[in-house]
Amino acid sequence: MSAPLLHLENATMQFGGLKCVSDLSFAVGTGELIGLIGPNGAGKTTVFNLITGVYRPTLGNITFAGKSVVGHRPYRITSRGIARTFQNIRLFGSLSVFENVRTACNMHLRHGISHALMRGPKFAAENRETECFVDELLTIFGLTAARDEPCRNLPYGDQRRLEIVRALATRPKLLLLDEPAAGMNPTEKNELMKLIRFTQEKFGLAVLLVEHDMKVVMGICQRIIVLDYGRKIAEGTPAQIRSDPKVIAAYLGKEAA
Amino acid sequence: MIERTKILLLVAVLASAAISLFAGQINPYYYDILISIGINIILATSLNLVNGYTGQFSLGHAGFMAAGAYGSAWLSLAFGYVLGTSAAGTTTMFVLALTTGGLIAALAGLAVGIPSLRLRGDYLAIVTLGFNEIIKGVIQNAEPLGAQRGLGGMGQHTNFFWTFALAALTVYVVLNLVHSTYGSGFLAVRDDEIAAEAMGINTTKYKVLAFVIGAFFAGVAGGLYAHFKQFIHPEGFNFLRSVDIVVMVILGGMGSTAGVILAAILLTILPEGLRALAHQPWLPDSLRPIAENRMILYSLLLIILMITRPQGLFGGPGLKRRKA
Ligand SMILES: Nc1ncnc2c1ncn2[C@@H]1O[C@H](COP(=O)(O)OP(=O)(O)OP(=O)(O)O)[C@@H](O)[C@H]1O
Ligand SMILES: [Mg+2]
Repeated sequence: MSAPLLHLENATMQFGGLKCVSDLSFAVGTGELIGLIGPNGAGKTTVFNLITGVYRPTLGNITFAGKSVVGHRPYRITSRGIARTFQNIRLFGSLSVFENVRTACNMHLRHGISHALMRGPKFAAENRETECFVDELLTIFGLTAARDEPCRNLPYGDQRRLEIVRALATRPKLLLLDEPAAGMNPTEKNELMKLIRFTQEKFGLAVLLVEHDMKVVMGICQRIIVLDYGRKIAEGTPAQIRSDPKVIAAYLGKEAA
Repeated sequence: MIERTKILLLVAVLASAAISLFAGQINPYYYDILISIGINIILATSLNLVNGYTGQFSLGHAGFMAAGAYGSAWLSLAFGYVLGTSAAGTTTMFVLALTTGGLIAALAGLAVGIPSLRLRGDYLAIVTLGFNEIIKGVIQNAEPLGAQRGLGGMGQHTNFFWTFALAALTVYVVLNLVHSTYGSGFLAVRDDEIAAEAMGINTTKYKVLAFVIGAFFAGVAGGLYAHFKQFIHPEGFNFLRSVDIVVMVILGGMGSTAGVILAAILLTILPEGLRALAHQPWLPDSLRPIAENRMILYSLLLIILMITRPQGLFGGPGLKRRKA
């Protein structure tokens, strides 16, 4: 196997005396769809914050495409190909649906401030290109009708999908999805998962998915990593995870009981 | 296809030139107010880039205006003779002076933009206000700039054309920026810094850029002011002047250029109207102090506005400040 796309090596995050992530190691390969599960407070969101540079790990290393991301600003990490969504939706509240996605195209601009001011033919050409790209993504996710709506007018589920579209617009190699289906009904959830599969294949993405609905995770993920109190207690195929006694005790047990 | 904003800029500049031809026929008192309106439009529009569009609460815009006013005045006084007294010579010199004033102010903006990276909200407001006072203090102690006596003797090069052409340019720059993919970085910083970074936006760059561009135009406004009044004094750039500009931005609706322009016009005319009102014989004596003191009216107006329209005159409902 070639070197993994994302590699956590003994990543540890300590807030005061509390270790929210301890000694966590795992790898995600190019194009893989991996589930990250665990009870509330297990440290899943913290892992995302470590990977994307919101927090700097107290100990350990995180590499992406062979190079460490530790200590880099989040925008640098995004520009290297990691995009994410947020568990508590963080859209640009005063912008329209289209503008939210367009903002994520900012870092790929070939022309700088002078072109934005002069608005010559090159600016117009690139502008059209960006617009087509954004509109294409909005179409895939069924958000075209709401294109020019203020994003905060969207129903909750659409806001979650818009976050995914916005993350995709950064053209990532790895997409981190933090409970993208939270608050959706089973039908919506299934549709979203199909969509995630579709985009994953279309763009050749690796995806790390946090999701509480076991049926969803088991159905879609190639491999699953289970966290409990910041530690990895299991990793394996859905079948392996389903029958792992530690996982059942810590997490699945509550549902099975 | 030519951009719509370019056409608007062209029309505004041509209109300024055309009206400027008849400027001689305008009553000097009204002319004075007109120029003040133009200068205030530049100040308010440029501050709106920082406070409205980028969400950084700066309370020191008059400091940048002072930097530009003194920078350009100094250049005019020290080197004004170099290019001679022909129309072409003085005009070139004037443009050079305005540019220099703008650049000096932009440099000051860079110096203030850097603390803005660590501070937000009220803390940033206090730091920028302090910076305003520092600039004023430096000028008050700088002998070559006239210190406490003020600085005078610049030619009156500012006219209707320059004022409104530059106001149009400011509006053009700000609108083109915030309505481009490049400039969406400003809005993203305002709406959600964490999400902005996660979308690949260098929030540091955009904050500093907003300060630098905002300060540049404040400096240009200062240059226009210096070459209109022909006399400048440090007290003319104190923090009350900064408050005036902030009020225009808030009243207009943070992040709405049209609203901010309207507010700049209204708030320039208002004190003059009140001055006229204060001299009306029919006004009861008890109301006279209110009419004479525009700060009281400002406060009153702001309170009423904040209660009835927290988003400002033109700000959409989406522009309310996000809770931290
Ligand atoms: N900035 C912080 N400071 C202190 N503690 C924190 C911080 N961020 C997270 N924590 C703690 O870390 C632990 C893990 O939180 P995290 O949000 O990562 O869990 P999670 O697995 O995403 O849970 P959920 O399923 O509820 O989203 C929690 O106990 C949380 O209180
Ligand atoms: Mg979480």
